[in-house]
Amino acid sequence: MVGIPSRHRSLFLLGGVVLLQVLLLAVQIKRDSQGRLIRVWTVGAVSPFERAGAHGVSHIRDTWNHYFALQNTSRENEQLKRENGALKLEITQLQSKASEADRLASLLKFRQTNVDVPMVAARVIGGSADSASQTIYLDRGERDGIRRNMGVITPDGVVGKVIESYKDTAQVLLLTDKDSGVGAMLLDSRVQKPVGGTGESLLIMKYISNEDTSVNPGDRIVTSGMDRIFPPDLPVGTIADIKPGNTFKQIRVRPAASLERLEEVFVLLTMKPLELKHDAAAPNSATPAAASPSAAATNPALPEKP
Amino acid sequence: MNDAFEIRGGELHIEVHKFRAGAIILASAFALVLQAFLPIYFPKAAILDLPLLITIYFGLSRRNPSTGLLLGMAIGIFQDSLSGPTVPLGLYGIAKTVIGYLASSIGARLDTEHPAARFALTAAFFGVHQGLIALTRRLLLSQPEPWFTVHLGVAALVNAVVAVFLFMLLDRLRKPS
Repeated sequence: MVGIPSRHRSLFLLGGVVLLQVLLLAVQIKRDSQGRLIRVWTVGAVSPFERAGAHGVSHIRDTWNHYFALQNTSRENEQLKRENGALKLEITQLQSKASEADRLASLLKFRQTNVDVPMVAARVIGGSADSASQTIYLDRGERDGIRRNMGVITPDGVVGKVIESYKDTAQVLLLTDKDSGVGAMLLDSRVQKPVGGTGESLLIMKYISNEDTSVNPGDRIVTSGMDRIFPPDLPVGTIADIKPGNTFKQIRVRPAASLERLEEVFVLLTMKPLELKHDAAAPNSATPAAASPSAAATNPALPEKP
Repeated sequence: MNDAFEIRGGELHIEVHKFRAGAIILASAFALVLQAFLPIYFPKAAILDLPLLITIYFGLSRRNPSTGLLLGMAIGIFQDSLSGPTVPLGLYGIAKTVIGYLASSIGARLDTEHPAARFALTAAFFGVHQGLIALTRRLLLSQPEPWFTVHLGVAALVNAVVAVFLFMLLDRLRKPS
């Protein structure tokens, strides 16, 4: 027993021998509910360290994950941001496709409603190269039967007319262009007056005298059919405001079609009247077939610049 | 084995006795056998704890705590082995290890040759031995064990009386000094 004072050797020996026998006892003794005593002791002695170790490891792991392992977190965050961006883009694309599907469904419904009316559906593929003119380009042209001066509409209303037709493309002059015009009439009073563009978002209805009291803001305007471009009773727009002028009132009209957000349109191949499910043509309007002759008879106004 | 010699601790002169070869082993084995054998024919003999008396005697005589506790451990373990299944190995081993150590330690400081001293020490060691047994049973085995009963008191006295005579017999195994 190196290092132990000789007078204490026997005491240490006593302790060791007794301890060995206690362990021997513990190995043999089996308690009813907890198994052998040596196991109970061992578990009792070790479990606090295990518990402390587990708690420490958990604490260290949490600390590591939350404070030191941020490199992966940062990388993961960047990856998630990229995925988030891609998902947002995908959502936008899906929303766009859903919107497009809605529009196409609306167009299809409109087309099916007027299945006997010859018209060509076209997609807007371009716009005007300058801000002075309001024109668009379609993906259909002469091959599809599109010719100059054919009317262009949407289910909402009049868009404009074809001013040039190429082999596979057509250029359309929008109603809002300064040189544009359409034969129109007030839906309620059936007074026919031309409506033209101003180069801005609103149209203007011309030649209504200051004494005429039958025109009011909110009145709806439809095509008269007298311009030989559009069939009668297609929605043109709604009167936005009225101001007195020198001789004629200055009547500004909000277009029925969304001319600033055109994507798909129809090119009318005929003057045959259409059935539009639009509130401008609904309650007080006569059937197109009935309205057209009377309008033509009473007001043969033509667009200023066909 | 050397002859007896003296420990000179101050003014006290205590002899350390040596025994004939094999005497300790034979005496211990004989005590263990008798302890297992006698109660079969003489149930009253169960009150005796001959292995304890042997442990005390050689502890007091040898007066070496290390050998005393090792002898006590060996005798106790063998007694455990010869006991029934309710006595696990180590129960008497622990008690007799401590008794062997105490007897050797006390024997090195006191003159234990006188019969009265042997009687008193044996009775005291019996009580300590029984206390250790009770402690072990209570703590490790969860068994109810009385610390002291009249029967244990009588047993202590009987063993002390027997020890006086037994030790005289065992003195004959000593080598002459």
